[in-house]
Amino acid sequence: MGIIKARKLGYDYYEYEEEGKDPEIVHAVEDVDLDIQAGQFITVLGHNGSGKSTLAKHMNALLVPTEGTMWVDHMDTAQSDDIWKIRQEAGMVFQNPDNQIIATVVEEDVGFGPENLGVPTDEIWRRVDESLQATGMVAYRKQSPNKLSGGQKQRVAIAGVMAMKPKCIILDEPTAMLDPNGRKEVLKAVRELNQAEGVTVILITHYMEEVIYSDKVFVMDEGRLVMQGTPREIFSRVEKLKELRLDVPQVTLLAYELRKKGLPIPEGILTIEELVDEICRFN
Amino acid sequence: MIRDITIGQYYPAESVLHRLDPRVKFIGTIVYIVSLFIFDNWGYILGSAFLIAMILLSKVPLSFMVRGLKAIVVLLIITMLFNVLLTPGEVLWQFGILRVTEEGLILAGKMGIRLIFLILGASLMTLTTTPTKLTDALEKLMRPLKKIRVPVHEIAMMMSIALRFIPILLEETDKIMKAQMARGADFESGNLIKKVKAMVPLLVPLFVSAFRRANDLALAMEARCYHGGEGRTQMKPLRYQRRDGIAYFILGLYLAAAILLRVLLGW
Amino acid sequence: MSIQLEDVTYTYSPGTAYEMHALDHVSLEIPQGQFVGIIGHTGSGKSTLIQHFNGLMQPTSGRVLYNGEDIWQEGYSLRNLRFHVGLVFQYPEHQLFETTVIGDVCFGPKNQGLTPDECRERAKEALTQVEIPEELYEKSPFDLSGGQKRRVAIAGVLAMNPDVIVLDEPTAGLDPKGRDEILDRVRYLHDTRGITVILVSHSMEDVARYVERLIVMSRGQKKYDGTPREVFSHYKELEKIGLAAPQMTYIMHALAERGLNVDVTAMTVEEARDSILKALGR
Repeated sequence: MGIIKARKLGYDYYEYEEEGKDPEIVHAVEDVDLDIQAGQFITVLGHNGSGKSTLAKHMNALLVPTEGTMWVDHMDTAQSDDIWKIRQEAGMVFQNPDNQIIATVVEEDVGFGPENLGVPTDEIWRRVDESLQATGMVAYRKQSPNKLSGGQKQRVAIAGVMAMKPKCIILDEPTAMLDPNGRKEVLKAVRELNQAEGVTVILITHYMEEVIYSDKVFVMDEGRLVMQGTPREIFSRVEKLKELRLDVPQVTLLAYELRKKGLPIPEGILTIEELVDEICRFN
Repeated sequence: MIRDITIGQYYPAESVLHRLDPRVKFIGTIVYIVSLFIFDNWGYILGSAFLIAMILLSKVPLSFMVRGLKAIVVLLIITMLFNVLLTPGEVLWQFGILRVTEEGLILAGKMGIRLIFLILGASLMTLTTTPTKLTDALEKLMRPLKKIRVPVHEIAMMMSIALRFIPILLEETDKIMKAQMARGADFESGNLIKKVKAMVPLLVPLFVSAFRRANDLALAMEARCYHGGEGRTQMKPLRYQRRDGIAYFILGLYLAAAILLRVLLGW
Repeated sequence: MSIQLEDVTYTYSPGTAYEMHALDHVSLEIPQGQFVGIIGHTGSGKSTLIQHFNGLMQPTSGRVLYNGEDIWQEGYSLRNLRFHVGLVFQYPEHQLFETTVIGDVCFGPKNQGLTPDECRERAKEALTQVEIPEELYEKSPFDLSGGQKRRVAIAGVLAMNPDVIVLDEPTAGLDPKGRDEILDRVRYLHDTRGITVILVSHSMEDVARYVERLIVMSRGQKKYDGTPREVFSHYKELEKIGLAAPQMTYIMHALAERGLNVDVTAMTVEEARDSILKALGR
């Protein structure tokens, strides 16, 4: 059993449209089975309303399933005794960089999590130092978060989670509100955490180019898990992705178009170098 | 516009005043405000000397502090005007029902100085203390109130969050205002009722946004294991140092001097 | 009908230690009916630039002209200008405030002094153009999906019948589906109404697909101004200022370096495909 596991997970809620009318049941997540191994880099894709954020909130026990079970490091998230332990082990970074920074000084925000966990003062300082180092934010530690760029704010948020010494970190569309440079910056920080610290990463996104480096990709649509596999496996199914109205990286799309015109290029091309090499073989 | 207000904005610098325990600064500010009301006339020399010494110690540029004063100029003028015009006494100049008295001028002068000193003194505290430290100090100083079930920790947390989000909401106000102006909204002309009505397109989005942010923030805090003050440790716990003792001593001397000057010399 | 900037400079906090030139001697002219893209990373001055187009910001020096008239001259009605040059801010859904969708869209026309009937007419037209179905008109705008909210907000500007519409990153935070919907609508508006569209964007791919002219901003200066093809030919310089050309540009240049006779100016997947097939003789 992996670090995060879901079996037949479902989450329903009621939507009250108008007064007097019967509420409508919305199935935000339905019948999801997944098993994530420690140390993996996972991407969850899907467009808005596909249920990917709802699924993410289950991994941190911010939501508990209405059907099925979710385990984080062998702890059932529905068992409320373990809730703080779960939240410590599975840290979460949200979309809006402004709305998740609590303190007015960067280093104090990073220390917020450990403070809540009751970590002794000396240890908090050590963890804050380490986390700022790991996310490359040491130079900004005394600054006000308001003075930082979007990408830097997200790195502060990531550092804040790292200071809680989590086993995995769930990022719920951390780059959706950032510009391309901010996106690169955040992604780089996340990949480094995964590789250097061995933290399990679950990245929720709708940007396809962020998928390439992951070990495994889950694609959500209408609350269900509709595809899973390695990035190469996922991107070899261009038709299916288009049907789900998801973006395909332009390189992959070009390879697909060329193949459609009869050029025998292998499926699942991910990088410019790969494609250029393949095309040059025909010259 | 709104962002020009610098009262209370933390000014990062390395100074003795910055390093002092926030509780000392908090109590110091109260002592200073009290002293301003003890002084009658010449005592202000002591008050000024103390203030100037503190400003120099703080390493906050004077221009930065003065800029903060701009925001209260209107308030200052109104207060002084009331004092000048409404104080009875020896009439120096009269025009219809308006009259200026000697006592009025003196009182207005004193009020003005008091108000400026008060604002400068109080902003010196917030300029040299991060909001977080300030709320920490309040939490510590108010701790006795916990016995009578005042939610001290929660109040302190609320204050620090408010301080974090005020600049963000000000910026947002600016943005929404511009967006509505781009749709032809007019915030300036018309009578009072019209002006109030014109605020609706500004206030509704602002409230909606504030609620959305509050919701997000609550979720983020929960995700980071926040569950009230119980079992919480502190990254920067407040511990008095030697310099804090010295500071208390100086404050005591200052207050004693102020009282003695007033009582013995009538300053 | 055109927007003209003559040597415009905008300085934040002039005379202080925080002095910064958000715009640094920018001159440009946008004739009626053009589809223009403005690109630059955060802090490049592009947001400041577009706020000069409708007089929300006043240049520290230089002139802004609309149809040849200086908008900062005595007696010029800036409020009237804003009805002609519609500006849609980033995350425009954050400005929604009315209780119904249609009510919110009517806000602009109402400010123009139109009668309630005329306002409704305009609002309906604008909502149709952004493909908001009629059954949503009486709903609260806060109950809509993210993409719908944004389209309603755009309709709010369109309903003023502007000659120019400026959109500041209209696709920020949307998923691919929402993004395509918005951009296709914008193109449709440009083609059917003949209005000038000025699109501020981060995405080179989007810009390459839609605009006929591209202005690149960097550090408050106009760095490049030309057709996307011309601008992307400077792809190495673009990288130096923290921008990137569309992926296709890189692929085509890499192929050309390897001796393949391809068209390096291809910007879209289709162009690239055809050029590669031709070069390979297929």
